[in-house]
Amino acid sequence: MKTEGKFLKRENVALYVRNYALAVIFIFVCMVFAIASPTFLTMTNIIGVLRQVSVNGILAVGMMMVIITGGIDLSIGPLAATAGVVSALLLEKNEGILVPAVLAGILSAAIISMWTGMLVAKMRIAPFIASLSTMSIAKGVVLVIADGVPHTIKDKTYTNIGNGFLWDPSKTGGLSIPIPILVFTAVAIVVGVTLYKTRYGRHIYAVGGNENAAIASGVNTVRVKFCTYVFNGILCGIAGIVLAGRITSGQPTAASGYEMDAITAVIVGGTSMTGGVGRISGTIIGVLIIGVLNNGLVLMGVSSYYQQIIKGVIIAAAVLLDMKTKKN
Amino acid sequence: MQEYLLKMEGICKTFPGVKALDEACILVKKGEVHALMGENGAGKSTLMKVLNGLLQPDKGRICLEGEEIKVENPAAALKKGIAMIYQELNPIRDMTVAENIFIGREFMKGLFVDKKKSEAEAEALLKRFGLAIDPRARMRTLSIAQMQMIEIMKAISSGAKLIVMDEPTSSLTDEEIKVLFQKIEELKKAQVSVIYISHRLEETFTIADAVTVMRDGRYIATRDVEELDKNTLIQMMVGRELSNIYPKEEAEIGKTVLEVKNLCGDRFWDISFQVRRGEILGFYGLVGAGRSEVFRRIFGMDSGSGGEICLDGKALSISRPYHAIRSGIVMVTEDRKEDGLVLCRSIQENIALPNLKRYQKGPFLNGEREKKECREIAGKMSVKMSGLHQLAGQLSGGNQQKVVLSKWLMEQPKVLILDEPTRGIDVGAKAEIYALMCEFAKQGLAIVMISSELPEVMGMSDRMIIMGEGRIRGEFRREEYAQDEILKSALGGKEKEEG
Repeated sequence: MKTEGKFLKRENVALYVRNYALAVIFIFVCMVFAIASPTFLTMTNIIGVLRQVSVNGILAVGMMMVIITGGIDLSIGPLAATAGVVSALLLEKNEGILVPAVLAGILSAAIISMWTGMLVAKMRIAPFIASLSTMSIAKGVVLVIADGVPHTIKDKTYTNIGNGFLWDPSKTGGLSIPIPILVFTAVAIVVGVTLYKTRYGRHIYAVGGNENAAIASGVNTVRVKFCTYVFNGILCGIAGIVLAGRITSGQPTAASGYEMDAITAVIVGGTSMTGGVGRISGTIIGVLIIGVLNNGLVLMGVSSYYQQIIKGVIIAAAVLLDMKTKKN
Repeated sequence: MQEYLLKMEGICKTFPGVKALDEACILVKKGEVHALMGENGAGKSTLMKVLNGLLQPDKGRICLEGEEIKVENPAAALKKGIAMIYQELNPIRDMTVAENIFIGREFMKGLFVDKKKSEAEAEALLKRFGLAIDPRARMRTLSIAQMQMIEIMKAISSGAKLIVMDEPTSSLTDEEIKVLFQKIEELKKAQVSVIYISHRLEETFTIADAVTVMRDGRYIATRDVEELDKNTLIQMMVGRELSNIYPKEEAEIGKTVLEVKNLCGDRFWDISFQVRRGEILGFYGLVGAGRSEVFRRIFGMDSGSGGEICLDGKALSISRPYHAIRSGIVMVTEDRKEDGLVLCRSIQENIALPNLKRYQKGPFLNGEREKKECREIAGKMSVKMSGLHQLAGQLSGGNQQKVVLSKWLMEQPKVLILDEPTRGIDVGAKAEIYALMCEFAKQGLAIVMISSELPEVMGMSDRMIIMGEGRIRGEFRREEYAQDEILKSALGGKEKEEG
């Protein structure tokens, strides 16, 4: 079996080079910031960055699955907001039902994402348009439910999902693991195992790689696509809960614009926009690169206007790298 | 003696593994309708692509009106007076007739397009050829025959001296064909030459002045139509010895496995046949005869309107390939890239794709077993690869085809449908695939082989069904195989009594 491992490496040189290239870029960016800013490498800052990337990480991992099927989902921001608002409202009315409230929040995001799934899989509407429709619907729905105002979360356990640590950092001199990172790690593992180790995962790649071939191989492409949008909806729900915990309230306009960060991370991570190709490791590095960029540029005092410009250049550079490694 | 408008001489073109054109030539006189004939794959289309600038020849020269020319691309061809009307028309459907005729050569009035003038010009042109089409109508409101007329008008208005028509009648009704022929006569009068490619013998005799026959990429002969009869023409088109690259071995033919009764679809009607265990059934016909459509319906890729599909005597209801696969009917489709393989994924993933249920262990896949079985089957099919993780898109055509076969033969199917199994595959790999087919037949598989290459079908099949224009035209047993009879049947059943 060892020879097989070697084979695997030689055959996928392009893919590995790309993943390593990404890692190299990531380390390089970190080094630049470490030199430029003395606070960058402090424990507090590192933990802060990790906490910040978690929500985008969970969203990006879900987005990656959708993109591998050859689709896209623009509605993830409002979906996340829905989960936060629904759970916050339920807790506001009945104190102490944390678990059901959180589950209901996630479920509500999943239900809304069924709309996208149905439009894309059954009605064969282009994913961009279908999810644009869902985005608008979800934005409205969440405003209606929340009555347009934020709902404060008083439950300590809930806010800990966003702000807490695995153990008290004050006892270990600032060293600890934030809960959001744990959630992100768990989500990444579940998605990774799903993609690489299950029939459904294989079908996701086949549908995105060549839908006709997938159909001709007996894959129920309608079901695969539908399930992927709903799976993504569940992940949006989880991200929404983490976010609501961090900002200690369910806000109807939370997470707006997050879809662009998620898509950026996925593309930077080497996932092909045409579908069929993408790895979880790439997406994680993509998320980290975006997170570190955001953080480092702030530390260096770069204005948010310039941050936008730099991010835009990075996307183009990543895609160019993607195309180049694919050609060889 | 009329002068030659077009001389193409000594044209050679080699594709990887195939010599598509070998010293091909054609001489076309001014104002003549010149038919270009030959079997599928004889090189007609390739020759015309060279003329049109879509392909660059490796060798040979093209002379137009006595001057040697070089055609870089279709736009350059059009400039020189060579227009091509393709089998599949693609007009800009939301633009008007006039806009389509003058596209790229718009009349200008200062900075703007002179709409009035282009409509007036279009009207005059249409009137000259007696066409009752409004130049202001949108293309999408026109029938296919009318669109074709517009293409011809476009060619004439751009000053074409030579118009190439590739199977122009394939989607026209008899009435529309008559109109087309009238227009071609008018073109002749206007001293425009036409190269006419068609599989229909009758048409050639009706419309053409001269015929050039090609075979295996080579020039065979040019004759005036008056000196020809149908049998001689068929003789010229076929006239090749069956070489012995077909390792056909006798397999024991058992009971009927697949029976199809009165199957109908969009482009085929009333198809009935049976395939038995161990039998290789050939399906021959010219391109567009509806063979692939019949089997895409049987495999569940297309939906159909009527008829019955029975497997082992039981009627099946198939609306998706999944149903067919579950019952044991598998199909190697015509286009590997289109619906055969996921090119951006590995060989292993492609082989395993329809067989993943085998490896299900709880919620996960048993990766070790999958790897082992995929390697075994790929070895049996002798797929040449650097490893199971090589991407399917990196393989040669022949090896890709073997991967497709691997994925279908992992689970023992009952019926194997092969649609053009050797298209775009080099000779060596072809022979390997033939050998595999014989082996499958011996193992008791019922095999259907759709092919446009007559020698291949004759060499490999136990029985052959001929299709033409969506219907079954004839059936031959192996001992009755005769090239000219079969070709006659495929070209048009009526000729059978004469021969």
